[in-house]
Amino acid sequence: MENNNALIRMEKVSKVFVTDEVETHALAGVQFELNKGEYLSVAGPSGCGKSTLLAILGLLDTPTDGAYYLNGQPVTGLKLSERARIRNREIGFIFQAFNLIGDLTVYENVELPLTYRGMPSAERKRRVEQSLERVGMAHRMKHYPSQLSGGQQQRVAVARALSGDPLILLADEPTGNLDSANGEAVMKLLKELHLAGSTICMVTHDPRYSEFADRTIHLFDGRIVEESAEVSASHQ
Amino acid sequence: MIKLRGVDRFYENGAARTYVLRRIDADIREGEFVTIMGPSGAGKSTLLGILGMLDHGWTGEFKLLDYAVEKLRPKQRAELNRKYIGFVFQSYHLIDNLTVYENIEIPLSYRNVPSSQRAGIVCDALDRFHIVGKRDLFPRQLSGGQQQVVAIARAVVANPKLILADEPTGNLHSAQAREIMELFKNLNAGGTTIVQVTHSETNAAYSDRVIYLQDGWIVKADPRTQSG
Repeated sequence: MENNNALIRMEKVSKVFVTDEVETHALAGVQFELNKGEYLSVAGPSGCGKSTLLAILGLLDTPTDGAYYLNGQPVTGLKLSERARIRNREIGFIFQAFNLIGDLTVYENVELPLTYRGMPSAERKRRVEQSLERVGMAHRMKHYPSQLSGGQQQRVAVARALSGDPLILLADEPTGNLDSANGEAVMKLLKELHLAGSTICMVTHDPRYSEFADRTIHLFDGRIVEESAEVSASHQ
Repeated sequence: MIKLRGVDRFYENGAARTYVLRRIDADIREGEFVTIMGPSGAGKSTLLGILGMLDHGWTGEFKLLDYAVEKLRPKQRAELNRKYIGFVFQSYHLIDNLTVYENIEIPLSYRNVPSSQRAGIVCDALDRFHIVGKRDLFPRQLSGGQQQVVAIARAVVANPKLILADEPTGNLHSAQAREIMELFKNLNAGGTTIVQVTHSETNAAYSDRVIYLQDGWIVKADPRTQSG
């Protein structure tokens, strides 16, 4: 049965790493769908395959086997340049280590993904200001990352991910480098974006943060071992 | 190339002033390779931030080439930074969803280099740093040392006159650190002025001379040997 709302469809996705004589199955037949407007969390201990899955979702890596459809289009067999184009336009990335460039201002960091698209500067300006507005960092436009707290830096990184108006936001342990107050604030921000319509897939090993999502898939040894919805998680 | 006279950096705490840097006088000539050393909290990174014009909250005189930086507006300072300075950070600051090639291209895109010329410049840099084979890989597929090589390639791709490096080998093991220092040494031999902040004596030995900082003051010799 076709699900026309599925933004992401993973079919029996496997990833095998071969080193000398050992084969490591980082992912073994992972299968799930993510609908437009959903907020999905991928949980599991370190080494369970979370980061490999996120890399494949973000077109930073290709599966050994299986199929991946993004917005109805199969993306596993695409050429390098085509993958780069989709990655830069359709996917917004948020990383644990923020990935801001230290000698660019907040404004310039957020503008960065837009400069690749040959977008007119007036349009870039509008988008940068709008996304900084959304994360509450418009007043820090001219600051450099070193002048901001970790939580503020992550807000800027979220704004950068938003500025390109992506189909989906991928967040890899977005609170990993933050204290709990700042971590909580970033999670609230993601929740707000979700309520405003963004589709989000977040990887975390912290069960407190999984509860912010609509549903959670639990990975273990490269397989989905459990799927839970927010309601059941928060009432346990 | 750099001339600092009476540079102070302080924070106001109500009526009290906390000084991070105090009456800094320093001259760095074009083509020099200089190390800034001192204990944590001595003001090393703050000084580097001032040299790189990332910090505007200082007083005093700072001449870079023929420009009196204290008289420039933030926008003009940013232009100077873009034109003459390349940065290398301890934690690389690479963007994980961009390939090696795309990361190196970043400074060219915000310096308005026409895209027809960019490919040639980036390929030259890949060649020069022996990372041609890594061009389509992502940072996560590289070792820490390789990531820092990419970060250095990005710092120099727009041909800066001055490289500012803040603990560039802080996250690396010693063999990788040596490789990075050799890279700096070669760039310096090619005429690039380098100012690095480091805790490592081994790294400092690659430079022409050391400026020691302690509690925000420049001191004559290594404070650790003096107190001993």
